[in-house]
Amino acid sequence: MASPTKLRIDDVSMRFPAPAGAFEALAHVSLAVPAGRFVSLIGPSGCGKSTIFNIVAGLQEPSAGRVLIDGVDATGTIGRVGYMLQKDLLLPWRTLIDNIILGMEIQGVPLRAARDKALPLLRRYGLGGFEHAYPSTLSGGMRQRAALLRTLLFDTDVILLDEPFGALDAQTKLQMQEWLLALWSDFAKTVVFVTHDVEEAIFLSDEVHVMGTRPGRLIETLAVDLPRPRLRACTATPAFMAMKERCLELLRADLSAPDARAA
Amino acid sequence: MAIEHTPPANGLFKPATTPRFEGSAGKPIRAVRRLPVRRDWPAGAVLAVQVGILVGIVALWETGADTGFVDAFFWSKPSAIYATLRTFFAEGDAWADIWFTFRSTILGFLLGTTAGSLLGLSFWWSRNYAAIVQPYIICFESLPKLALAPLVVLVFGIGLVSKIAIATALTIVVSTLTAYAGVKAIDPDGERLFYSLGATRLQVFRKLVIPACLPWIISVLRVNIGLALTGAVVGEFIASQHGLGRAILYAGQTYDIALVWVAVLVLSTLSVLMYIAVGLLERLLRKGVHQ
Repeated sequence: MASPTKLRIDDVSMRFPAPAGAFEALAHVSLAVPAGRFVSLIGPSGCGKSTIFNIVAGLQEPSAGRVLIDGVDATGTIGRVGYMLQKDLLLPWRTLIDNIILGMEIQGVPLRAARDKALPLLRRYGLGGFEHAYPSTLSGGMRQRAALLRTLLFDTDVILLDEPFGALDAQTKLQMQEWLLALWSDFAKTVVFVTHDVEEAIFLSDEVHVMGTRPGRLIETLAVDLPRPRLRACTATPAFMAMKERCLELLRADLSAPDARAA
Repeated sequence: MAIEHTPPANGLFKPATTPRFEGSAGKPIRAVRRLPVRRDWPAGAVLAVQVGILVGIVALWETGADTGFVDAFFWSKPSAIYATLRTFFAEGDAWADIWFTFRSTILGFLLGTTAGSLLGLSFWWSRNYAAIVQPYIICFESLPKLALAPLVVLVFGIGLVSKIAIATALTIVVSTLTAYAGVKAIDPDGERLFYSLGATRLQVFRKLVIPACLPWIISVLRVNIGLALTGAVVGEFIASQHGLGRAILYAGQTYDIALVWVAVLVLSTLSVLMYIAVGLLERLLRKGVHQ
């Protein structure tokens, strides 16, 4: 790979105290994401996808292991990566534009400068005319767009997206995926994307990491070498189908493994 | 139903009674019902009836007192009350009393609401601190604070301060508990978002906690204005030289029942006016809050 590693997760484990000994949420997870890549994590619920994100975002300290950004240890430090949760978490008392500049505002950018920077993006990415609308008046898709713009405008190289389209209807979801790809190629960020949706993961990513449960771990990494820019039609190609089948097979195997339940 | 009453195919016997069937489908008859319709009277009619009831009560009271059916010594009568009302405003110290009660109510309301809200919000800062202080708050909440009023008057004197203190004591707990409920209702994911953006604790407090709790704080304003007035009046009952509460007590002790009614009437008017004012304030604040 030509591009240097932007984000490295180095042998991270996470244990929580539980009535019966310790509950192992993550076991020895290692992952390297080259700069500008779009990678996805898929896995059943409880495989620790969100725990990985919390650790990378510095919201949880791992029991063992390190998180490196640009080769520098960033374990347990906040504000280093953009983190978008499934909920849009727009503040109902703020207008759209003031929601979008929240990250910059917290970082100490003067309000006027932050708004000036956000306004053209808002217009370019389909939220023009809603700058001064309150979130409660917007559709789910628009709110999610706003939340994503807020994450992008926080201006970190790495962006974590935790099932951002999980709560949207199927039609809106497809639109949002294409919109996200357009944004990604414009902003050249390194994206880590968590989803339940195998098709979504393959359509969006350069690499898909399949995770297993109990303990949460990486099972396999699949490289997606479908050409970019991707069109919706590519989801019907044999290569895409084969990859989807492979992912589902891995997920099924993990769920039906007998020792996985016993542990 | 229909199946049970169908004769067997061999036709050996027929049902004893003919069930109430309609048509070939054999469905039982149903009573015809229509959706009940609500008819709203014109607004004027409702008002007219309301006024009519009031006038009727006053008229009954007056004639009852005149004929001896109602004991005018204990209940007074509307004409006497009206006469007393005029002298109360013309010669008595009506305005001084109103001003005194109004002042202690408003000051107690402001003090109790502000201090209570700040206290409730402060619980966000430390779970340990909240856990330590909370039982005391609950105890103070369950305490019949009015029972302590004589003590408060003893400590703070018979002037304005003791009335403010009682009004504050009544309002502060409600505000504290409501603001704290607001703090507890904050979405933990909201806090996670702020921290993931690298926020400091102070930033989370100012930009998330306070705005998120404002609607909760606003929602107790109307409750608190009523509580503050109660506190102020009870304070005046115990010992005071001014105020509508003192006027009621004094009138009762001197068997001036008409004056009791007058003071109660004025007090109610004051209460309604303050309630309306706080309602307007609430609407104004809500407009700026957008929840």
